[in-house]
Amino acid sequence: MRRFLILSAWLIAIGAGPGMALEPEERMADPALEARALDLYAELRCVVCQNNSLLDSPSQIAADMRAVVRDRLLAGDGDAEIRAYLVDRYGDFVLLEPPFNPGTLALWLAPLVVLVAAGGLIAWRIARRPARPEPDPLTPEERAAVEALLERRRGDETPDGGGAR
Amino acid sequence: MRWFLYALPGLAFAALIVWVAIPLVRGDDPSDLPSALIDQAAPATDLPGLPGRGPGFTTADLGGEVMLVNVFASWCVPCLAEHPVLTRLAAEEGLTIHAINYRDAPDDALAWLGRHGDPFARIGSDPEGRAGIDWGITGVPETFVIDAAGRVRFRFAGPVMPEIAAERILPLVEALR
Repeated sequence: MRRFLILSAWLIAIGAGPGMALEPEERMADPALEARALDLYAELRCVVCQNNSLLDSPSQIAADMRAVVRDRLLAGDGDAEIRAYLVDRYGDFVLLEPPFNPGTLALWLAPLVVLVAAGGLIAWRIARRPARPEPDPLTPEERAAVEALLERRRGDETPDGGGAR
Repeated sequence: MRWFLYALPGLAFAALIVWVAIPLVRGDDPSDLPSALIDQAAPATDLPGLPGRGPGFTTADLGGEVMLVNVFASWCVPCLAEHPVLTRLAAEEGLTIHAINYRDAPDDALAWLGRHGDPFARIGSDPEGRAGIDWGITGVPETFVIDAAGRVRFRFAGPVMPEIAAERILPLVEALR
């Protein structure tokens, strides 16, 4: 019973996640325009809830903004013009994906700068590391000792060798 | 010199913490967004008036002197809180305040103004909320300061409480006059 309750609470929580907030009467008659409208809703931010798109947000302002998108589509505006219309009023903030412009230069280039700087630092450290000197060749005594050790090891690995263990 | 290289990541992280902590400690509201309209001409607006109250509100009503534009609705509780402040600004400071009656039934708006007083010069009725979007509002109430050339100079989202009026709106109005 307890497990069932936990499972159902979990399922409800998943089901209650963001979903489409469109009302049936918001559908556009023309399927091509409807498809463009849905794409635009998904990339525009609801200015009240801030981390929902117009598609996800149930707020009144999001519904009004969707209505504006539909009006402009019906008026024959292009997607870029519709985006610009809302950016003029709400700023770049209304776009969920920030545009690349002087104000967002740091935002877009910071990962690249960090990558190049870190890569450069690592490359520089590796290049600067002194080459490892060639080891001195083994003396005859050392060579004999190594051979003896290897010989003993081979003896250990034979199936019935018993070994030192 | 070597110790500095080893300390560098820690120092960079500490700098990041300080940079992130400053707005938190200062109590900045991340939902308080700057208006995109600042220093732009006021958005083109042509709204009908409330029935029986006279003409509506158009962009042509702006300019000539410093004015306020207030977005309000009868269903908006914070609007009630700021209403005495706006009334005082109009009566005592001689400020012209135009209003956009946002997503409201005209009759409800008239009844609300009848109960609480009407400090507004022109009121435009915006039952569909389109003018609200043209003004880039994120909620009600919002108040804009418009200069004599008809440009938006300041936007305040939320109720204009006495300290907001005294510290942020009146000094700007004085400077622009």
